[in-house]
Amino acid sequence: MAVKTLKINDIYVAVEEGLTILKAAQEAGIYIPTLCHLEGVSDIGACRMCMVEVEGINKLLPACVTEVAEEMVVRTNTAKLKEYRRMNMELLFAEGNHVCSVCVVNGNCELQNLAVEVGMEHCRFSYRFPDKPVDISHPQFGIDHNRCILCTRCVRVCDEVEGAHVWDIAHRGEECKIISGLNQPWGEVDACTSCGKCVNACPTGSIFHKSTPVAVMKRDRGSLEFLSTAREKKQWTR
Amino acid sequence: MDLKELVEIGEKQRNSAKKIRIHCCNAAGCISSNSSAVKDKLEIAVKEAGLQETVEVAKVGCMKFCGRGPLVQVEPAGTLYEQVKPEDAASIVAVLKGEEATAKTGNANHPFFTRQMPVVLENSGKINPEKIEEYIAAGGYQPLYRVIYEMSPNEVIDELSHSGLRGRGGAGYPTGLKWATVAKMSGEQKYVICNADEGDPGAFMDRAVLESDPHRVLEGMAIAAYAVGANSGYIYIRAEYPLAIDRLQKAIKQAKKLGILGSQIFDSPFDFKIDIRVGAGAFVCGEETALIASVEGKRGNPRPRPPYPAESGLWGCPTLINNVETFANIAPIVREGGDWYRSIGTEKSKGTKVFALTGKVKNTGLIEVPMGTTVRQIVEEMGGGVSNGGVVKAVQTGGPSGGCIPADALDTPVDYEHLRELGTIMGSGGIIVIDNNTNMVDVAKFYMEFCQQESCGKCVPCRAGTVQMYEILDKIYHKRANIADIDKLEALCHMVRDMSLCGLGQSAPNPVLSTLRYFREEYLELI
Repeated sequence: MAVKTLKINDIYVAVEEGLTILKAAQEAGIYIPTLCHLEGVSDIGACRMCMVEVEGINKLLPACVTEVAEEMVVRTNTAKLKEYRRMNMELLFAEGNHVCSVCVVNGNCELQNLAVEVGMEHCRFSYRFPDKPVDISHPQFGIDHNRCILCTRCVRVCDEVEGAHVWDIAHRGEECKIISGLNQPWGEVDACTSCGKCVNACPTGSIFHKSTPVAVMKRDRGSLEFLSTAREKKQWTR
Repeated sequence: MDLKELVEIGEKQRNSAKKIRIHCCNAAGCISSNSSAVKDKLEIAVKEAGLQETVEVAKVGCMKFCGRGPLVQVEPAGTLYEQVKPEDAASIVAVLKGEEATAKTGNANHPFFTRQMPVVLENSGKINPEKIEEYIAAGGYQPLYRVIYEMSPNEVIDELSHSGLRGRGGAGYPTGLKWATVAKMSGEQKYVICNADEGDPGAFMDRAVLESDPHRVLEGMAIAAYAVGANSGYIYIRAEYPLAIDRLQKAIKQAKKLGILGSQIFDSPFDFKIDIRVGAGAFVCGEETALIASVEGKRGNPRPRPPYPAESGLWGCPTLINNVETFANIAPIVREGGDWYRSIGTEKSKGTKVFALTGKVKNTGLIEVPMGTTVRQIVEEMGGGVSNGGVVKAVQTGGPSGGCIPADALDTPVDYEHLRELGTIMGSGGIIVIDNNTNMVDVAKFYMEFCQQESCGKCVPCRAGTVQMYEILDKIYHKRANIADIDKLEALCHMVRDMSLCGLGQSAPNPVLSTLRYFREEYLELI
């Protein structure tokens, strides 16, 4: 096993070759904010929250998909990155209809936590107030597109872990929408096994257990991690 | 098929040519102004005049002066007719019998033509794009033969690197280096892809090349395949170019029939097949990773690079992906040599570049000029300045990913470096002239609207950022903004440029940043 030594925020880190900057930072206990990243499924570098600066490279790189290299010098928290992340977060809030006070995951929401984390106090951009639907045709779950940030965790977990590929994306740009089946109501999609992995993957209150009151829903992220370690390392314990 | 047979086909074609050839433009621009009817009438007129023995009417590719179409040129005399109507046909033929012309004649010695240096477009407007024999008669497919029998793949790549050719898709990456990277990759299966998803508003260079001389692109791809070790290729072309698709299909069929494409090309062990993939109307599919996803039948979303397509492209195999114009340059480079190509252009940008000259300019059309030609020469000499007597305010290059060149920088030579210094890019080759009646905020708004609609929606800065940038621009344009909005717009531009996943988002703020740099006062006037 080859090892690469690099420096993240002035801390020397030695990690296995082929790992990403994000993994290396996690091993060293350095926090890099993420949103579309989910343990156990492939990374796509879409949310751009984990962007970092690497010395000698004149552009920012997504930590979740950039492999470590020998003598790499990484900075994860410069003033520029902080400002960009905050702005990125504001864009997300302006784009959807994120009303925490009536959301099932208020207090347990990754989007909300990250907004606090990056120091977002208000949104500089005008809210779009898009007209988005809610699909509660599934007997156990619902999806509220108002709260969706298009991270595609549900798409990937359903395709890569469950193997059902119920979810996909339709349209483009701001019209993008997560769809089930062939753009059918979720409850009518035969491929859905009702396993609930997408519910556990969703970072916001978009995919939820039905009849959950406001601010009480908690997601079982551990179950997804359990599945991936069980499969990869054959450890069937939590 | 061997070299002798190839030369014979060419000779037979040349010998069968009649003394006088009337070229009638049959590319999309002229067809839209009824050139097909002009061609039919010309044929009838020739017959009626009893000149069938000495005169032939040939439908040819783009004759470049699109703004004055339909164009007809009588060879070898070189008489040019502009804006020809079907009823002018008899008059054009009558001239051959010594009568006075009533059809509108054009000036073939106008700087619009004389300043051009046709390399990519050398056959454009001269040969019938639907006849492989005419391409062969013009020397076509001999470079491919030479490459297969006289050169090793490494020699081809060395020659290309030596020529200094850089990617014509916009970014200007050295083509030789790209080919060498793919050639060095291990792996049984490799692919060559031709990016014909030309989508910039106001750009039609690649369409003209494909409609006028499709075999040249096929030959370039075949040489590339030989050099990098690929046996399969795809042309990814947008569905909005039906004529180009049709001519490509015909060209592939003809080349296959003669054993120039397919298995055992020229009876050598080299195989190369080309398939066409038609795009479904997404601008982002011009981005190489999105294009590859689309060829694979997936949603055309870009993915982070590395790995670059040279390492892991189509179906995970090493893939060479070049633009139409890049491939169109290959055969002349092989034929004339890298030294010859190097001698054209500037220090760092070699060769010629095809531009689509449009906007508020008198002479619109297609031009091919050596790198280093100044913007002024292009716009004022060749383009004849602004139409309706206006004044040039700026020249936009690079489409929605580019920026503008202000009037006081018109003496800048056009090459990759100089344009970058001015904050714009070469891009694929659209040149849009903007006159003093145009508001630059409106120009920026137009491009932002385009990017906003064409964003794939995968990454947040591009998907949500372009929407907000457009909204602020719209607010400024309608005089509802304040000075803080301009600061906010600028900050957002920087963020979207630095944080977006692919070239579309990274370059989407360019038109705004560029107009803010040169025409800030126009923004401030609207506050």
